[in-house]
Amino acid sequence: MIYFDNAATSWPTPPCVMEALAQFLQNCGANPGRSGHRLAIDAARIVYNTREAIAKLFNVSDPLRIIFTMNVTEAINLALRGYVQPGDNIITSSMEHNSMMRPLRDLEKTSVQLKVVQCSQNGKLDVDDVKAAIQSNTVMIAINHASNVVGTLQSLSEIGKVARNHNVLLLVDAAQTGGAYPIDMISDNIDLLAFTGHKSLYGPTGTGGLIINERVDINRLKPLKTGGTGSGSEKEHQPQFLPDKYESGTPNVVGLAGLGAALHWISQQDIKNIRSYELKLTAHLISGLQQIRNVKVYGCLDAAHQTATVSFNIDGLQPSEVGLKLDEQLGIMCRVGLHCSPASHNTICTFPNGTIRFGLGFFNTLSEVDAALSAVKQIAKVVS
Amino acid sequence: MTNIQYAAILVPSTSHALKVEKILKEAAVTCKLIPVPRQLSSDCGVCVRINNSDAHAVKTIIDSKNVTYDGIFQIEK
Repeated sequence: MIYFDNAATSWPTPPCVMEALAQFLQNCGANPGRSGHRLAIDAARIVYNTREAIAKLFNVSDPLRIIFTMNVTEAINLALRGYVQPGDNIITSSMEHNSMMRPLRDLEKTSVQLKVVQCSQNGKLDVDDVKAAIQSNTVMIAINHASNVVGTLQSLSEIGKVARNHNVLLLVDAAQTGGAYPIDMISDNIDLLAFTGHKSLYGPTGTGGLIINERVDINRLKPLKTGGTGSGSEKEHQPQFLPDKYESGTPNVVGLAGLGAALHWISQQDIKNIRSYELKLTAHLISGLQQIRNVKVYGCLDAAHQTATVSFNIDGLQPSEVGLKLDEQLGIMCRVGLHCSPASHNTICTFPNGTIRFGLGFFNTLSEVDAALSAVKQIAKVVS
Repeated sequence: MTNIQYAAILVPSTSHALKVEKILKEAAVTCKLIPVPRQLSSDCGVCVRINNSDAHAVKTIIDSKNVTYDGIFQIEK
C-alpha cells in the first residue's frame, strides 16, 4: 500500500504523537485553565507548550498571539468574518481552496467587495497584479502559501511587502506548507497566519490555529464564538485579551498534546531536511510522469517552486477512473477530482473533471514513487 | 505585626500564568501556580505564588518581558 494523500491528511503518524495522545489520556485528561488543581495545570501546560512550539516554528514573539482552532478552515473564517466589514475590499487569488473562497463569497453577499486576482496557468500569483488590484478600501490580501492542487508556492514576503506599503493586512493560508516549508511571520511579512495540525505538521485532526501579529487591531477582530474561557469568570462579557477573546469552550487538549509532540518531532528532523527530502521525491515524480506518454502534468513543473503535491491527468481517462484503478488494483491512495478548489481547476484549465493528485509526504520513499510511476504507466498504456 | 506568608502574581488567565512561570523558571526564581486566593479575586483561575522576598526582583523581571499581569500582592496568613 502506498499512501499519497498527505495533502489532505498526512499519514502515518509519528509514534511520538500517538504516545503523547495516550499519555495525556492516561496521566492527565483534565480541563486546562478551568481549575487550579495540579491536573488542570498540567493540561494547561501541555496546551501552552504547544503554543510555544508553534511560536518557535513560525517565529512569533508572543505565544499568546496563537489562537487554537479546530483546523485551518475555522482559522480562516475567524480572520475573514471577524475582521472584514461591509464596504471593505479584499484581494484574493484564483488558486484558493474553498476554505478561503467560500467565506469570501459569503462576505461578498454582505457588501464586501472581492477582487480575485487571476494566477497564471501554472498557479503563480504575480505580485504586480496584486499591487494593481489594491484600492483605497482594500483592508486585506488573503491568499494561500501553496496550492493544494498543484503545490505552486506564492512569493509571500514580496506580497507581504506590498501589503505593508499599502497599509493592508496579509492573511496566509498555510495549510499546505506549515511544517514542510520554512515560514517566518516576520521576514515573510505575514499579519495573520492560518495553519492546520493534520497535514505537514503531522499532528492529529481537529487541531489548527490562527496567529495574529501586532499589526492586527484586535478591537476590530470579532470572535466567531464566545463562552467560557476559565478567565474573568466574574464577568458575563467575553475577555478582550489574547488568546481568550477567541478561544471559548474546552479546547482539543488531547489533540494539542499530539500536535506538541509532532512539532517536537519536526524540530528534530529539521524542516530544512524535510524540505530537501520532499523536494527530491517531487522532482523524481514530476520528471517520471513527464516521461509517460499520454500523461499531462500541471503546475510549475519545478520541484523547487512547489510543495510535494503533484497533479496530472491521463489522456482519455477520467480522474475518478484512474483513482479507482490506483486504489483497487495497485494499492495507491491518492485524491482525484476538484480537491475542494474549483477556482484552481478553472485556473489550470482542468474544470470540471479535475485531476489526479499525488500528495507526497516525509514518510514516502523514492521506491514508492517509482512503483507509482510504473502503475501510472501501466494504466496509461491500456488507454493508448 | 503583619504576617506575610507569600506573594501572588495575579494574571488575566492560566495562559498568562504559564508564561510568567516560564520566565521565572528561566530566571531561576522559585514559583508555583496555585488557585487564586479568594481575598484577591473571585476568579476561578490560577495565580503565580512566589516568595515575598523575591517580589521586587520578580517585578523587574516580568516588567522587562512584556507580559500582562494585574499586580503582585502580599498574602497574609
